[in-house]
Amino acid sequence: MPLSSRHLLGLQGVPKEDIQLILDTANTFKEVLARPIKKVPTLQGKTIVNLFYESSTRTRISFELAEKRLSADTVNFSLSTSSVKKGESLKDTVKNIEAMKIDMIIIRHSAAGTPFYLTKICDANIINAGDGTHEHPTQALLDMYSIREKLGKIEGLKVCIVGDILHSRVALSNIFGLETMGVKVSVCGPSTMIPRQIEELGVDVIYNIDEAIQENDILNVLRIQLERNAGENFPSLREYAKYFGITKERLEKSGKEILILHPGPINRGVEISSEVADGSNQIILDQVTNGVAIRMAVLYLLGTLN
Amino acid sequence: MKIILNDINLFHPEQKLNKKNTTVLLEDGVISKIGNLKPSDFEESEVFEFAGKYVVPGFFDMHVHLREPGREDEETVVTGCNAAANGGFTGVACMPNTQPAIDSAETIYLIKGHAKTHLVDVYPIAAATVGREGEVLSPMAELFEAGAVGFSDDGVAIKSASILRMVLEYSQMYDLPIIEHCEDQTLAGGAMNEGLNSTLLGLPAIPSVAEDLIVSRDIQMAEYTGGKVHIAHISTKNAVQLVREAKAKGFKVTAEVTPHHFSLIDDTVKTYDTNFKMNPPLRTQDDVDAIIEGLKDGTLDCIASDHAPHSIEEKEEEFQYAPNGILGLETEIGLTFSELFHKKILELKDIVEKLSINPRRILNIPVPKFNIGQEANFTILDTDVVWTVDVNKFKSKSKNSPFDKKLLTGRAIAVINNRKMFYNDEFITL
Repeated sequence: MPLSSRHLLGLQGVPKEDIQLILDTANTFKEVLARPIKKVPTLQGKTIVNLFYESSTRTRISFELAEKRLSADTVNFSLSTSSVKKGESLKDTVKNIEAMKIDMIIIRHSAAGTPFYLTKICDANIINAGDGTHEHPTQALLDMYSIREKLGKIEGLKVCIVGDILHSRVALSNIFGLETMGVKVSVCGPSTMIPRQIEELGVDVIYNIDEAIQENDILNVLRIQLERNAGENFPSLREYAKYFGITKERLEKSGKEILILHPGPINRGVEISSEVADGSNQIILDQVTNGVAIRMAVLYLLGTLN
Repeated sequence: MKIILNDINLFHPEQKLNKKNTTVLLEDGVISKIGNLKPSDFEESEVFEFAGKYVVPGFFDMHVHLREPGREDEETVVTGCNAAANGGFTGVACMPNTQPAIDSAETIYLIKGHAKTHLVDVYPIAAATVGREGEVLSPMAELFEAGAVGFSDDGVAIKSASILRMVLEYSQMYDLPIIEHCEDQTLAGGAMNEGLNSTLLGLPAIPSVAEDLIVSRDIQMAEYTGGKVHIAHISTKNAVQLVREAKAKGFKVTAEVTPHHFSLIDDTVKTYDTNFKMNPPLRTQDDVDAIIEGLKDGTLDCIASDHAPHSIEEKEEEFQYAPNGILGLETEIGLTFSELFHKKILELKDIVEKLSINPRRILNIPVPKFNIGQEANFTILDTDVVWTVDVNKFKSKSKNSPFDKKLLTGRAIAVINNRKMFYNDEFITL
């Protein structure tokens, strides 16, 4: 059964069967990653462009490794959006890249909606690697995969996304994906970092982190995005850490087991203490490993669709 | 040249004139006879058969951007006037956010000079402050003398309450309104309305309260100074209510709304189509309902397009980086009739008031009269014709309209002014 779309722009509206298929396919690739020779010829002859308009280390390397392990030809194109007003337009850049006969574009961009725009101007398969504060679907997929791997299921769990929901693209993709998979999602953070009308997405809003720990099976702890002016939304990092930071004391006080996810990179001592980040409840590095498997799955499913 | 408009309905609410199936004779663009035409008149004249069409005082759009001087690649005075004529307008007031801003008499002369021989009258609105920067009063007396009909820092609100106060006091000497783009700068900068849709789309957003705050400030300053404030492109429910209350208290406050703000909501942004990006942004159904109510009860005096041409390359950017604004002149009447007249929200009388009489009154421009000996200033309407918007047929130099391919009911089929007629896609000298 193929995916229902030839692009992965976000998880809003993506059917459960598609998510299930991606997660199941990732299982196969996880097995490939455990082999001594971590390479399969699946996408041989396909050309994939990693078009990164915003700096990224983890996501770009993860995609690149996934592409290489599927034997695709890859090209990296990184440039800064600080100079959007200068030089070539996005449309011209994409048209030029397309003219070089490529099959897929992985795009990261600081402006929401850019991956959708690309589907209107070129024929390649488009994968969103993060657009502004909108979506980051492969991150949410790898989060779900990691949850399933650790707890054996997804449906029926309770997940709280903690921190800067307003400036996060991970939050929205997680909300859409997890809800589709039957998870009860809540968000917890300072009220200035909770987007308007988010309750209408079926999400509970919690302002007390201890309550969030108490009521959930999993915390997905987001990074405070200081580069997106998040600092304006609360008085100080000290106050943030004191009232919303995940610490060992807080977890111990709750007296319950809880699974901790973090999409990285971590601000140690801000949203999460070092003890927790390196502790036994977290699966932060598993997420990174699983990211490659998930991206291989997405690339494979989209790359072999047509 | 003599022309006859045959079998028309002559309609002028201010003159309490509603003559059905009458005939008008124009000689060199001047109204020579209304009814009682002789057979010889028909022999000597070019006869336009306009059975069932309404002749109303020429429509006037008090909020357009003609982009000259500075961005002649997007629009010029002449192409903007052509778009106005094609859209059914005989007069426009153009906004001062040009490059340089309209803050000197010379710039007014330049604009008026370019419009001099056109069918469409152009009345510049001058900047309220030098360079629209909100620091120093523009030379308002000199600008008035040169032909400015109002003052505005459009694009932004007048920056501070203290300057607003000065502007409102100074402008009273010439009885001219201050036209305000109501948006609190500290809450500005987003790409769409703040609400569920901005949350879903991950776009930076402008809250409706950014508008409400400045409308509220301006109304209070209008009361305190006794000056005239005109609220441009109103878009929020609360702002409509604030204007309603201000009018009830007798303050000199008027307001306009654009066709896109009474016909579209922020759901349309879901396509990330930059032709749905404007400022103020498209709001919610609640806001549109309040605007419709405001149009009905007279809280909103005028319909104005905020005609904002932008080049294709500028609009073909990422949504949050693309400029704000859409074309308006050539879809305004069609949208007004489709959304307001045929949906029984406004009657023809209300529409003529909001598109012809009220904007001129606000700007102290004489309303054209239908009297013998007067120069004809007409918009001729077919209220029932069904037509499809085609941006490629626009006279505007730009193409940025979200209404392309839309089916509309009602449009102007001709305009007459300054002894010229625009009909069937051409200008005729009368």
